[in-house]
Amino acid sequence: MTLVGERPAGGDAAVGRLVDRFEQGLDAPICLTWELTYACNLACVHCLSSSGRRDPDELTTDECRALIDQFEQMQIFYVNIGGGEPTVRADFWELVEYATDHHVGVKFSTNGSRITEEVARRLAASDYVDVQISLDGSTAAVNDAVRGAGSYDTAVTAMARLAEAGFSGFKISVVVTRHNVGQLDEFKALADRYGAQLRLTRLRPSGRGADVWDELHPTGDQQRSLYDWLVAHGEDVLTGDSFFHLAGYGESLPGLNLCGAGRVVCLVDPVGAVYACPFAIHDEFLAGNVRAPGGFAEVWRHSDLFTELRQPQSAGACGSCGHYDSCRGGCMAAKFFTGLPLDGPDPECVLGHGEYALDARGDIEPPKPSLDHSRRPRGAVGTGADGAARPSGGHRVAVALLPHPPDRACDENPLAAFRPDLTPR
Amino acid sequence: MPPHQPESGPRFDGARPWMLHPQVSLRPESFGALAYHFGTRRLSFLKSRTLLAVVEALADQPTGHDACRAAGVTPEQWSTYEQALTTLAESGMICERMAS
Repeated sequence: MTLVGERPAGGDAAVGRLVDRFEQGLDAPICLTWELTYACNLACVHCLSSSGRRDPDELTTDECRALIDQFEQMQIFYVNIGGGEPTVRADFWELVEYATDHHVGVKFSTNGSRITEEVARRLAASDYVDVQISLDGSTAAVNDAVRGAGSYDTAVTAMARLAEAGFSGFKISVVVTRHNVGQLDEFKALADRYGAQLRLTRLRPSGRGADVWDELHPTGDQQRSLYDWLVAHGEDVLTGDSFFHLAGYGESLPGLNLCGAGRVVCLVDPVGAVYACPFAIHDEFLAGNVRAPGGFAEVWRHSDLFTELRQPQSAGACGSCGHYDSCRGGCMAAKFFTGLPLDGPDPECVLGHGEYALDARGDIEPPKPSLDHSRRPRGAVGTGADGAARPSGGHRVAVALLPHPPDRACDENPLAAFRPDLTPR
Repeated sequence: MPPHQPESGPRFDGARPWMLHPQVSLRPESFGALAYHFGTRRLSFLKSRTLLAVVEALADQPTGHDACRAAGVTPEQWSTYEQALTTLAESGMICERMAS
């Protein structure tokens, strides 16, 4: 993104003023995530939307078209389509075409299973479609432990097909975990090999992610090395403004360092429900439904929840911390789904305040997602030193049996890579 | 599709005719506007309503200078706007058009 204006150099003061504007909300989201279906052919252990089975109440093709019409009227430049695995919808390509015909660009997240050679060629021919392949390990062992057996090969095959078709600059999207955080250089090399761009996002305790967060989120030392790596590579790697909670280490990472939920981003789920952000599928963050009178625009502009989120927020327990201006208390969803108060430290606060807060929770059970479309009973999953998923109880978990994808993270946060002099794609 | 490499346009020459790039959409906002280039997938923030007015005036005015004048830019502000327009030209958001 580029800042152009009366202070074209975009110093801190100028950015600060723009941040204030963003916190008060915009007429339309800068960036919107639209999950087309809860159906998925994988069953990733950390799926943000607890996807698996299609919901019988999902928006029809006509309803999707009407929603796209509204996006066009609101001049939403592009939408990040995810799921579930969006490509399993029979009308997926038709909707992509309808969107791009109506000046709504599409970036979609996929596990790659439907990227045939022919699809790759078609995608390469379109100016208005971008593709993001999810991959959570630079090796099959690490990836498949989280995303399911065979999912590494599927993703890499899709990448090869896109590259072969001449599609450069597609995204490889990685959720950083305790087991892949040591593979960042390998991920970067993989992206370079296929002419792609690497995108790293944060593991959230949302959806099924709540079940595995304790075992999979990076340790304190790993967070530090991740931060150092991002500072060193920042210019080449997208992060979706995912890691602003790390700003307390010193230098701010590229991005606005602001939670955009309900202010500049939001999520529309497969049944038309509008949530504050892709990591917050819970009644607490439900603003309305696009099927209600006034549709999406009404929800965005006038819902009680979004109106409230656009008011000045309290720093709460973080108010006395000298780093609050840089980390802004971290991620709302990460706090909520770990059972922490929203006006306190992020569970991964780099100063360690989050760990104290987690200890202080006692036996309080963190909130569970309001919806669960998982195809199997949920169970705790541990991961062994070899990176292979294993159940905390003994027998091997179903992780590897069911493929699944949706973790396209808030790379969907448009504020991603926001810097005056640099431009993400 | 591979995003086009941003065309590094020439420095903004206010004596020439300019226009918004045909692949760019502008969305007015309270602070100015958002501009999105579908070819390069770049997003830019225009940080004042006056700059938005200048950009919107480009296509109808014989030169960049005329567009600035039409939008109410004073001679003292000219260098600021020239810098902003240069940034937009370099990122391909605005481009020169054939003189009519």
